[in-house]
Amino acid sequence: MIQLIWNKLTDHIDPLLFAVATIVTVLGLLVLFSASNEAMSRVVSQSQKVVVAVVIMFILANLSPTFIARFAVPMYIAGIVLLLGVAFGGEVIKGARRWLKLPIIGNIQPSEIMKIAVPLILAWYFDKHEGAITWKNFIVAGILIVVPFGLIVRQPDLGTALLVGACGFYVLYLAGLDWRLIVGGALLACGLFFAAWEFNWLHDYQKERVLTVFDPGRDSQDAGWHTIQAAIAIGSGGLIGKGWLSGTQTHLEFLPEKHTDFIFAVYGEEFGLLGAILLLVIYLVLIGRCLLIAARATSLFGRLICGAMALMFFTYAFVNMGMVTGMLPVVGVPLPFVSFGGTALMTLFVALGILMSVATHRKLLGT
Amino acid sequence: MRELRNREQEAYWFQRRLAVAGLVILACFALLLGRFTYLQVFRHQHFSTLAEANRIDVQPEVPNRGIITDRNGIVLVSNYSAYTLELNPQKIENLDATIDEIGKLIEITARDRRRFKRLFEEFRSAESLPLKSRLADEEVARIAAHRFRLPGVDIRARLFRQYPMGELASHVIGYIGRINPKEKERIEEAGLGPEYKGSDYIGKSGIELSYEKELRGTAGAVEVEVDASRRVMRQLSRKPSVPGNNLQLSLDIRLQKIAEDAFGDRRGALVAIEPSTGDILAFVSKPGYDPNLFVDGIDPQSWEALRDSPDKPMLNRPLQGGYPPGSTYKPFMALMALEFGIRTPNQAISDPGFFRLGGGYWRDDKAGGHGLVNLPRSIAVSCDTYYYQLGAELDIDEWAAFMRPFGFGQKTGVDIEGELPGILPTREWKAKRYPKDPKLHVGDQVSLAIGQSFNTFTPMQLAFATATLANRGVAFKPHLVKRIQDGKNGEGRLTQPKPAYTIPLKDAHLDAVKEGLAGVVSEGTAATVFKGAKYTSGGKTGTAQVFGLRGGEYVESQVSERLRDHAWYMAYAPLDKPQIALAVFVENGGFGAKAAAPIARKVLDAFFDPALLAAAIKTTETNKVAP
Repeated sequence: MIQLIWNKLTDHIDPLLFAVATIVTVLGLLVLFSASNEAMSRVVSQSQKVVVAVVIMFILANLSPTFIARFAVPMYIAGIVLLLGVAFGGEVIKGARRWLKLPIIGNIQPSEIMKIAVPLILAWYFDKHEGAITWKNFIVAGILIVVPFGLIVRQPDLGTALLVGACGFYVLYLAGLDWRLIVGGALLACGLFFAAWEFNWLHDYQKERVLTVFDPGRDSQDAGWHTIQAAIAIGSGGLIGKGWLSGTQTHLEFLPEKHTDFIFAVYGEEFGLLGAILLLVIYLVLIGRCLLIAARATSLFGRLICGAMALMFFTYAFVNMGMVTGMLPVVGVPLPFVSFGGTALMTLFVALGILMSVATHRKLLGT
Repeated sequence: MRELRNREQEAYWFQRRLAVAGLVILACFALLLGRFTYLQVFRHQHFSTLAEANRIDVQPEVPNRGIITDRNGIVLVSNYSAYTLELNPQKIENLDATIDEIGKLIEITARDRRRFKRLFEEFRSAESLPLKSRLADEEVARIAAHRFRLPGVDIRARLFRQYPMGELASHVIGYIGRINPKEKERIEEAGLGPEYKGSDYIGKSGIELSYEKELRGTAGAVEVEVDASRRVMRQLSRKPSVPGNNLQLSLDIRLQKIAEDAFGDRRGALVAIEPSTGDILAFVSKPGYDPNLFVDGIDPQSWEALRDSPDKPMLNRPLQGGYPPGSTYKPFMALMALEFGIRTPNQAISDPGFFRLGGGYWRDDKAGGHGLVNLPRSIAVSCDTYYYQLGAELDIDEWAAFMRPFGFGQKTGVDIEGELPGILPTREWKAKRYPKDPKLHVGDQVSLAIGQSFNTFTPMQLAFATATLANRGVAFKPHLVKRIQDGKNGEGRLTQPKPAYTIPLKDAHLDAVKEGLAGVVSEGTAATVFKGAKYTSGGKTGTAQVFGLRGGEYVESQVSERLRDHAWYMAYAPLDKPQIALAVFVENGGFGAKAAAPIARKVLDAFFDPALLAAAIKTTETNKVAP
């Protein structure tokens, strides 16, 4: 009997994926405790969100990919509507219009939904045209990406827009977008970037962020402060770190955003290079497992969505660690499973749920 | 079948693309690993240092400046702690707007604003300038509550210099003020930067300037752990500051008070010295000023008033006021005549009331003359003719050589700065000063002999000369600081009074001169003033001619007063073993016996009457510290 219930519960859970996610989440809670100056309230709040997220993951894992695929269109449309709602009636916080106040649910950030909704609808779309995918399909897919991308850029939230765009692009890439188009597009993007720079399409704060990557000392009080203090934290951590709860940069409030986007600096300070390597390995295992699930997926939908999710995990991790160590401009990307914040956590576990669904429903589809 | 192959083909292509993506991922993670290694291994030392620098702040600990008491332990200068409202001009974009904003919270007077503006003009690069000091607790609370919207505004607890005596003895004590860029440069050059770390003030004049080294102490350092907003979390280590040394002056502030009061509104100077030690008992320069005005920066109005006043309150008259000594020079002339062997004490001359030499004619003060005059009597009645004759007989360079050890025309070396040497005329001096008329004529010597003409001495010099004469030629360097108490261990060290040198003088000659000085008081020019004194004293009146206004604007209403002669009086008491020697100078006071001698009388009366002294300044628990 117990065996049966256990089987029922774990049937659709990918053990490796779940184990790795659990390890990195627990590690995240430990770092969060340190980053909160050893106050429990944030850890408790984050743990509650983890529980909710795991439940959602469990539900999704038990749904079949075909069933999940049915949510693609409504979810995408809902996302677009909400984004339009933000554009016309969103809450302005820190000079950007990103939040929407909804009855019952409360404040939500619709751009976050798009991180799942865009790859989902693209995977569904290409799956629908499986075997007969032409350049026209790619144009439609491109439009499906550009609309939410544009809306999010206008908020303005370049970081999230780029992530959403990236998630969409990964589907296009995996669906077989012509290499020439990819290279051409990359060149075009570079051109657009310089044009944006030259013609002042970027906000000053965005330009400032880009500039500070090349020279963090530009303005040590403002834009570069984050990067400099993070580099000091990580660098002073050395090989083995200062030890859990012993980071001076962390505990003396030198690190900004230390529970959220810059939490890796706390980790790097307290656990050193060895800790950082461990985290890289954990993420590699996680991403590797996702890629494997994608490779083994029996439907195009499954392949595309799993591949895109794998690449999304990578993008989160790489962009976050890159920006905290001063290699990339500071954009608002959290460290997956570690940064404090419910929205990102939900997105990540939803992705895990979808991956597990694909991984465990193979045989059913094969028949 | 075909569809299946397509599917297989697709899966193949898909896996190839996944593999490419996997390679990109590996490459990116390798990049991250490289970056981590760079930061945490190769740059570890660098970032560790930065982290420590972030964490640790070395804050200077400003030492307590030494306090100053009079010879009896009455506090003349002390420190008190108070809250000040300070602005950091580097962090405030619109100073006026910020001050307006503060003005809505607490009262900011127009004077505060003017003073701040003046400070700002002078110290543009300063990081903290006081807007208002001595805040009430309620004002502190109100500012603190609004500080978040007033960046660059700070409330600091600071030690302030307090001069409880106000104008009294202001020219002795001097004042402190903010370190200006020039002084800062000098401090840095002398390698004293660390000792001054964190302190904004430095002695500007008087004892505060001359004893800066003793008073200032040495700054300490506190190593603290701070957070990002520079809030102190805990103290890591502390090198305590060394407080400055306390000074005990030789000055008797009660005697000083009596002397200053005796001047009333008149301008002038008085220096009283203990002949057997060189202790300066009183040092008056009238008018004075209130040193408290300077403590947190003087406002422009008050400064201009002090600077432009025709009374020159900032002039330290005992040290910087050079005047002809008038007849107070005569006792020294007489002593010289005896020592040179050109007069004997009892050799008398007949004074017809004038003196003729060549084509020159000099009138005696008294029409018809003083009759038969010997040396003591020449002093007692201040017989000019006696000295006219003497002056004509002397060699001016030998004369100057005799006068020099008495301090005439020399810096006495008193222990506060700013002393001027004055002029003791010699041949060389005359040639240099008056190239068109380089010779010093006999006629000049006649005038010089009665203390007029080119003679230019300070009240300090006459007081020193009087003390040296009273002490029978044993000269003590005059000094204002008697004892220096180590600020750290409380041990005191006396500024040992050692005789600087002894002028070889024959007792018989000294006695003859002193007989004359006693005669001045008993039957001579000061007899009326000293009638009924309970002590014996010797003295000499003097009147210095004012030749014209030197500099200054021609203001008619003041001319008659400003053209009046200066009055002098020199004295010592008692006659036997003198305990006090003094010189009084009253600017435009007129005749010495009338203007200057009464001041000397009041000072000497008080000096010998403990009751009078005690009444001058009440010694209380609060103004007295154990010496």
